[in-house]
Amino acid sequence: MKISHLRLGVKAFIEDWILFPLSVIVHNVKALVGFIILLFYIAMATIGPHVVPYPRSFTCPPYLPPTIFRWPPSLEHPLGCDYIGTDIWAQIVWGSTTVLEIAFIAGIVTTLVGIAVGMIAGFLGGKVDAVLMAITDVVMTIPGLPLLIVLASVIRTSSPLVVGLMLSITAWAGLARAIRSQVLSLKYREFVEAAKALGMPTWHIVFREIMPNLMSFVAINFIFATVGAIYGSVGLYFLGVLPFTAFNWGIMLNMAFRQAGALYSLHTIHYLLAPIFAIIGLQIGLILFSYAIDEIFNPRLRARA
Amino acid sequence: MRWIVRRAIIAFLTVFTAMTLSFFVIKAMPGDPIDALAQAFVRQYYMSYEEAYRLALAAAPFVPKGPVWKQYVEYMTKFFRGDLGVSISFSTGKKVAEILADAIPWTVLVVATSLVISFLMGIVIGMVMAYKHGSKLDSSLIVAFSILRSIPEYIVAILLLWILAFQMGLFPTGGRYDYWALELLKKGDVLAFLGNVLWHAALPILTWIITHISGWALAMRGSTIGVLGEDFITYAKVRGLPSRRIVIKYVGKNAILPLFTSFMLSLGFMFGGSIFIEFIFSYQGVGWVLYQSITQRDWYLMLGAFNIIIIAVVLGALLADMLYGFLDPRIRRGGTT
Repeated sequence: MKISHLRLGVKAFIEDWILFPLSVIVHNVKALVGFIILLFYIAMATIGPHVVPYPRSFTCPPYLPPTIFRWPPSLEHPLGCDYIGTDIWAQIVWGSTTVLEIAFIAGIVTTLVGIAVGMIAGFLGGKVDAVLMAITDVVMTIPGLPLLIVLASVIRTSSPLVVGLMLSITAWAGLARAIRSQVLSLKYREFVEAAKALGMPTWHIVFREIMPNLMSFVAINFIFATVGAIYGSVGLYFLGVLPFTAFNWGIMLNMAFRQAGALYSLHTIHYLLAPIFAIIGLQIGLILFSYAIDEIFNPRLRARA
Repeated sequence: MRWIVRRAIIAFLTVFTAMTLSFFVIKAMPGDPIDALAQAFVRQYYMSYEEAYRLALAAAPFVPKGPVWKQYVEYMTKFFRGDLGVSISFSTGKKVAEILADAIPWTVLVVATSLVISFLMGIVIGMVMAYKHGSKLDSSLIVAFSILRSIPEYIVAILLLWILAFQMGLFPTGGRYDYWALELLKKGDVLAFLGNVLWHAALPILTWIITHISGWALAMRGSTIGVLGEDFITYAKVRGLPSRRIVIKYVGKNAILPLFTSFMLSLGFMFGGSIFIEFIFSYQGVGWVLYQSITQRDWYLMLGAFNIIIIAVVLGALLADMLYGFLDPRIRRGGTT
């Protein structure tokens, strides 16, 4: 009896959270392209470092042009080499791990803090609301990028966890405000009133009645937070305020822009263009994928399916 | 009126809290400004470290001393009297207020010009998208704009600098103006100088426009679609008003209103965001000064630039709220809130 119950639960879970989203993605061309791009990046970040050798200096001719565009194409140094003879493709692959880790951590933390603050403020109201919103206003006022640069030089770490947390410090405030106003508009709707009248506990009202209506909003904002974290972390590395101990596309940008003088001549430009295309590709993948989010999480659309 | 006073008090408290927070965060930065200065001398003038350190020590009278809370009280009281302290690194001993006064107009020039241009262009494009919503043009512009919005401005800036400045030579590769233009100004040729200034500001402005136009267009599209569904538009059409008048006076005016707050807020935020662009184009505005002050551990200069940005953001929000009250008749006549 219990086992069949569990099996039913698992089946429902697979249908709701794997098969249904996949069918949405397959039927939406934009989302499908985004999904494939994201899969490629995730594979690069997880499997990549086990397949592609660690990028070492002085292992190929400096400024070797990309061999993949040569005839016949070769995969030895597909994207060519940088100014001290390091394979560029290997740097892109090894850099993708930290970029994605930072983006994911910052996205999760930003979204969770935003939800928590916005929900508590909107749901409890009164003094709690006033205090939380005052804090939110101050956080929104502090100039984000300059503060990040100062924090980066205070903490001086390249641990993805810490960098991700750092990026969340100023990022959650906007989401918290938006969630709060969403909660305020949902709080007095009939279905919430009905749940209250039925004597449902607060956790039920919050997680079963209000949350499902916010899910698509939250998921979209998670993607935006990730996009913002990629912008921030790569930018901090580009400015050179984070220590250059790990691989990151921002470090490549910095090296190409400042040290290698890639801007001056055409035969060095591939070193600058490689991280640029890597970043733009990832952002495009995330944005295109976000087109499926509304359909996946919207409770009314779900009911129809 | 009471509402405005209350709003102003909250704004002041926000500025005060944000300033206090940034003071203590900046004070927690490791690194000795004298050491940072000495290392800069070593790099710049190729002197030995001992020599550079002795030179840097000359800046010692300007390095703040004593317990942090005492420095805090001293800084805040002086700040509100208009004394922002002196710079440690930037031509040592120069007043922070002077350095900032020299940098701010340049950032304002770039930021305000690009904000106005991208806002106007975004509004026109957004309205066209809204009028054609559901069409192929609309849906492809939505995708194009949401992707464009996610591309970091430092990437756009690097690409523009590479293509238009280094490869094609159409624009200068950095700086605020050329020295020969300054000579022309001294001779009284103001137009030539202004032309040179605009020529240098062109790429930073273009970068901002490219990265910001999409946000305005998408926001205006959404806002216009909302207005188009309102009854007073249908009524205006029924009354047989000329469609030009409806588009501009009825739809346009009402759709722009909600965007107004973010327009005012953007000005302050773009100040803080100008670090990347001014760094890439070596454009000596507030962002450039802020970046230099952080790498040099020049506390007072850093604090000064931070606080100017904080005040700009809060003032922008305050002005937006007040003007919004005057512009929106519903709030103007509603009175009490």
